[in-house]
Amino acid sequence: MTPPEPLTWTGAAGAVLDPALALAVAGFVLALGLRGAARLGLRVGGAERAVRVAGGLLAAAILAYGVAGVVLPWGMAGIVGAMARQLLPVWVAMGVVLIFSYAWRSKLGLYGRMIGSPIGRIGFGLVLFWALTALAAGALGLVAPHDPLSVVSGLRNAPPGAPVPGVAAPGPGSHYLLGGDALARDVFSRVVQGSWIVAQVAPLATALGVAAGVLLGLPAGYHGGRVDAALSFLANLVLAFPVILLFYLLVTPEILATGLPTALAAGIFAVPPVLVALLAWSRLRTEPGRALAVLGPVLAGMGWLYLSAVGEAGGRLDLLGRLDLFDLPPGLLAVFVSVAFVNAPTVFRLVRGLTLDLRTRDYVAAAQTRGESSWHVMLWEILPNARGPLIVDGCLRIGYTTILLGTLGFFGLGLPPESPDWGSTINAGRRLLSVHPHPAVVPAVALLSLVLGLNLLADALREESLKD
Amino acid sequence: MLRLLLRRLGVLLGAAVALTFVVFWLTNLPPNLERIARSEAGTRISEAEVAGWLERNGYGRPLLVRYGEWLGVLPGWVGMDGDGNPRGRCLRAGDGAGRDAGPESGPESGPESGPESGPEPAEAPARCGLLQGDWGWSRVFQAEVRDVVARGLGHTAKLMAWVLVVMVPSALLLGVLAGMREGSGLDRALSGVAVLTAATPEYVSGVVLVAVFASSATGLRWFNGSATSAMEDATLANFTLPVLTIALYGMGYVARMTRAAMAEVMTAPYIRAARLKGLSFRQVVLRHALRNALIAPFTVVMLQIPWLLNGVVIVETLFNYKGFGWTLVEAAGNNDIDLLLGVSVVSVVVVLLTQMASDLGYALLNPRIRLGRG
Repeated sequence: MTPPEPLTWTGAAGAVLDPALALAVAGFVLALGLRGAARLGLRVGGAERAVRVAGGLLAAAILAYGVAGVVLPWGMAGIVGAMARQLLPVWVAMGVVLIFSYAWRSKLGLYGRMIGSPIGRIGFGLVLFWALTALAAGALGLVAPHDPLSVVSGLRNAPPGAPVPGVAAPGPGSHYLLGGDALARDVFSRVVQGSWIVAQVAPLATALGVAAGVLLGLPAGYHGGRVDAALSFLANLVLAFPVILLFYLLVTPEILATGLPTALAAGIFAVPPVLVALLAWSRLRTEPGRALAVLGPVLAGMGWLYLSAVGEAGGRLDLLGRLDLFDLPPGLLAVFVSVAFVNAPTVFRLVRGLTLDLRTRDYVAAAQTRGESSWHVMLWEILPNARGPLIVDGCLRIGYTTILLGTLGFFGLGLPPESPDWGSTINAGRRLLSVHPHPAVVPAVALLSLVLGLNLLADALREESLKD
Repeated sequence: MLRLLLRRLGVLLGAAVALTFVVFWLTNLPPNLERIARSEAGTRISEAEVAGWLERNGYGRPLLVRYGEWLGVLPGWVGMDGDGNPRGRCLRAGDGAGRDAGPESGPESGPESGPESGPEPAEAPARCGLLQGDWGWSRVFQAEVRDVVARGLGHTAKLMAWVLVVMVPSALLLGVLAGMREGSGLDRALSGVAVLTAATPEYVSGVVLVAVFASSATGLRWFNGSATSAMEDATLANFTLPVLTIALYGMGYVARMTRAAMAEVMTAPYIRAARLKGLSFRQVVLRHALRNALIAPFTVVMLQIPWLLNGVVIVETLFNYKGFGWTLVEAAGNNDIDLLLGVSVVSVVVVLLTQMASDLGYALLNPRIRLGRG
């Protein structure tokens, strides 16, 4: 048996599919031109329909590459087809989610209307793709054909589609689909595994920052006065701190040795439990029995998670001992802390501004007349009515956090250098950029597409929520 | 106006002091000092020798006192070294011999690290800190921090000037064109470009630009992947990619803000009045809409400058351009405390000043905001 050949981008199927795609693109451009002419006043019949038909054909041509990759034997449809086959679980899950959401969009509220707009569909599709890829690759171990850390000699800086030496049968694992990096690791597997790290850290770190911003912004806007002045001054201080300097000061090995990030993390990680406790207590204050029944288990669970996250083996906060669920490395804790630090003041300003506006509303006056506590008014009257801008901001913020994580990785801070997260991979790949660009370009494009998806999603959400 | 300005200046000073203190505290945490001691006096010295070295070099006193000395409001420390020679913060320049040649310094201690001549102990000033213009000594570059920072700032100023020249006009043009007729094809296409650039951080666009325009992979070798030579002699080949990389990211954001402002202005009654008066669309846009639409982008551009600082650090690292951002990375990576403090002071002051300028500029440009009672 002969060892597998190097793969080309579209393989044997490309002989048919490439001209078809070129034709579809040409047709689409032509149809767009026709529509433009029609808009300018020329009499061109059926331009709208032509655009729709040509768009459908173009989509079909692109889809054909994926179908060919799945249906034809391994390698016949080239690198594109092989990647499509590796990502098959993702396509299936994505198709199910999108079809059901689209079918029931009229019953799904804001989410349904967002699915209804084309920009929302594109943005949601991109975000969903990366979320599902992260799940499939990280949690289920499905997508990546190679271990992100394993090294195959001879594949250092290998071009995309290079065959793995010693593997006889063509199939998953017989090629480095997107080539090898400077240490001869599979670029495709690393990018896919990196999405799992990003998908775990970015939303959680954002949520921490948002929770802190909400917890401080509500009282600042609601009470005003000295509380507001002091908190606003603090927020402006943090805002005036250059982000990169903060990273370099908080996420270096020397600082980690002092335990300062762990102490800060102990403070910031306490914000969500406090917020939940305030939420429940301000609502159920009049029925202490029920309050205890709800709060007890929830707080116990959150407290356990909190101590697991903050306590490290042998550290000062290691109160759980053997019950500790997981150990976050101190580098990762520092990443959480610094990202939450960067996000919190902006959220604080947003929440404060919204609260200043909402506290003059009639329902707030009604709640005050009923004798509700100030936390009840803030958390149960003002916060739900501020949700629109907060959701939009949250979407943008997750994208921004992804960029920040990439920045940290780019400077080699926080996560270990062999970590497959996108920032670290770009950092490792940039040294040979002008000779072997693929190890850095692939994660760069991945990061770009995720952030773009989040931004488009935020745009669509903003537009749809403004229609109310 | 004057009272507002004075109050803002007061807040700014307070913020600057607080922030520099935080930086001072973080850079002077015990592990950082220990690393300095080991790199200056030999890596294999014992704990006690580290403590002794720190004590002899003035690091043993309380943090607040040292911060005061660094700032220049407290007199610098004075002490004796192992041989009985006087040494101190303000003598630092002159005691070159006593600095490294302590009894504990091993054979690996580096060459002399101080300018040749300094003030005699008797003539030395009592205070020497930031306020006196003494920013300290950079151990990495073996030069005065002031000079290192000034050199870096000079290079970065050149970069930033070109970035602003590229970014501001194109962002404003993009935004005005898109916002002029909201919802048109042009608007959607330009908004798409703006969203795309705003979603592309500098390290992504830089990598992609280099891969496309400066690598052997595509064969297009139009530009250089390194901007080191641009420090002396900036040409299209070596300066285009760094400038473009920073400008692209900021451009998307500014363009979106401009578009929103322009779209809002175009729905205002006075625009309709101008149209009804019979003015052409071009005249309405240029004469009536533009000025009012540019108020918001002005503040955005000013607030964008601190963000550009991020981009500057990334791009200067990526393209190996030895400016201010590159200096920051070198200082932080090598634990060069004095240099890092100097860099922090400059960047904090820049950020605070741009914040104030944006507030004041907004107040000046926007007639609806009343000044005076603040």
